[in-house]
Amino acid sequence: MEKRITIITGHYGSGKTEFAINYVMAVKKKHESAALIDLDIANPYFRSREKQGMLENEGIAVYSNVFGYDITADLPAITAELRAPLEDESMHAVIDAGGDDSGARVLNQFRKYFGDGSTMLFVVNANRPETGTVEGAARHMVSIMDETGVDIGGIVNNTHMLKETSSKDVLKGYELCKGLSERFGIPILYSCCRKDLCEGLEKEASASGYDLGIFPLSIFMRDAWMDNNILRRTKYGV
Amino acid sequence: MKEKVLMKGNEAFGETAIRCGCRFYFGYPITPQNELTEYMSANLMKAGGEFIQAESELAAVNMAYGAACSGGRVLISSSSPGIALMQEGLSFMCSVQVPVVIINVSRGGPGVGSIQPGQADYYQATRGGGNGDYHLIVYAPSSIQEASDIIGKAYDVAEKYRNPVMVLADGMLGQMMEPVLLPEMKEALAEEDIPKVKPWALAGHKDKREHNVIKSLYLQTEQLEETINGYWGKYETAKKELPEYEAYNLDGAEVVMVSYGSTSRIVLEAIDLLAEGGIKAGLIRPITLWPFPYEAFDKIGESTKAVVSVELSKGQMLDDILIGTRGRWPATLVSRTGGVLIYPQEVAERVKEFLEGVR
Repeated sequence: MEKRITIITGHYGSGKTEFAINYVMAVKKKHESAALIDLDIANPYFRSREKQGMLENEGIAVYSNVFGYDITADLPAITAELRAPLEDESMHAVIDAGGDDSGARVLNQFRKYFGDGSTMLFVVNANRPETGTVEGAARHMVSIMDETGVDIGGIVNNTHMLKETSSKDVLKGYELCKGLSERFGIPILYSCCRKDLCEGLEKEASASGYDLGIFPLSIFMRDAWMDNNILRRTKYGV
Repeated sequence: MKEKVLMKGNEAFGETAIRCGCRFYFGYPITPQNELTEYMSANLMKAGGEFIQAESELAAVNMAYGAACSGGRVLISSSSPGIALMQEGLSFMCSVQVPVVIINVSRGGPGVGSIQPGQADYYQATRGGGNGDYHLIVYAPSSIQEASDIIGKAYDVAEKYRNPVMVLADGMLGQMMEPVLLPEMKEALAEEDIPKVKPWALAGHKDKREHNVIKSLYLQTEQLEETINGYWGKYETAKKELPEYEAYNLDGAEVVMVSYGSTSRIVLEAIDLLAEGGIKAGLIRPITLWPFPYEAFDKIGESTKAVVSVELSKGQMLDDILIGTRGRWPATLVSRTGGVLIYPQEVAERVKEFLEGVR
């Protein structure tokens, strides 16, 4: 959390948005002013701007599209206003970029802000098929660096399986991220873990001698009804 | 060992189709199903298949018509207004009895509507948006895993019945992520084997048999009637063989909700909320929308005082519920529309209100 501007990138579906929201809330606890910039112009649903109200209640400024709260617009055009938190030296800004290199492309127009005062993170979920191997994750990482011309400064292990997550998932992801880290010489900054699983994970990690850098996650982007147990019913005619 | 992976619905639909032997995909981009088209563009050719981004939905459905006539396993996909454009082709394919699987990742309508999840394509899917006497067979999965399982079945049913099968997945299912266990990779039918499995297909007679004819135009009305009567029996068979539904908590339920697709998961949570307030509620979840599982209502017991359709449309499924309930219980609608989701709290409150009125 040393840098003023943190850019969050990764393969789409790796959990960038959930991490970005949790991260900016952690940043706000440390710093007077914090902003979340939602630069996701690829996804039509589940974008961080959906949590604008919640974040504003926490004192976090949210910048997204020109339509503001009109979150369902088909063509989410970004607003020029989002240069304000990037220019304001007193503001700590977290940028939630869209998925893949194509989602990260939009960062290019803001490149002049991405100097020593910024860092770009790469979020990995090893349970996503395209980033399930070091090679696959490396391919995405390189393509994002190539697209933006910005070096990735840290890896975030966000390996999970939603409600079916166990500490094994996080540890599996950590192993994969270690491979990435060694190949590129980029540190693993955090391993994200749903809050209720953190204690168990810590025990397992210390038994394995790992320092995971556990980042406890609250789940904001997934409504409870989505994870209702669908196995408790009786099927007919199948 | 097979392992679950975490996939977005649209990706999982595409990967499943490829694994089920689909080798032809034709589509045109539309939100919220774009990732499916994108996935096929990146992955279908790796499996030896053909991907074409058509110039419109009308072109896509007719490309599918051609590939299906030749005996290929074909997938087409779109979202509500795009599916509307495809109706002519679907009617044609039904008229000549060629199998195809079509995925509708539905959104708010009518017209261009909105890009958020909707279920207002119920009539379009189950009553036929095209002309003439035909039916689409329609499955409505409620999770990505179930969608993946159903897509495999959809190909088998489409080929057995020689009829297009629609998988009606709302935008929420297309966009959300879930752990999914994908089916094993299945090889596509080899070209030389197509005539054995699909003797009707236009796969080339090679001077060994009479040439096959697939045509939708009849100059003699009696011939057209004979053709329709000729295939109509399969729909009667389908009504006996295909209906599927899931039932939960019907025993002793004071109110039974009926809901399909991702909305049924919202209803499950509403059932828990109602239980906290001392109301026992049950759920009937149709898995096939056509043929509709009318027999599900015969499972409802004497304790039930009311039936409620919970759908993201203005009471389209309610018509089938009225057919199925045959006046045995008062039935009503709890819904949002236009791409607005309904939340468990709202369902619970409105169901409670209706129940108080009929008690």
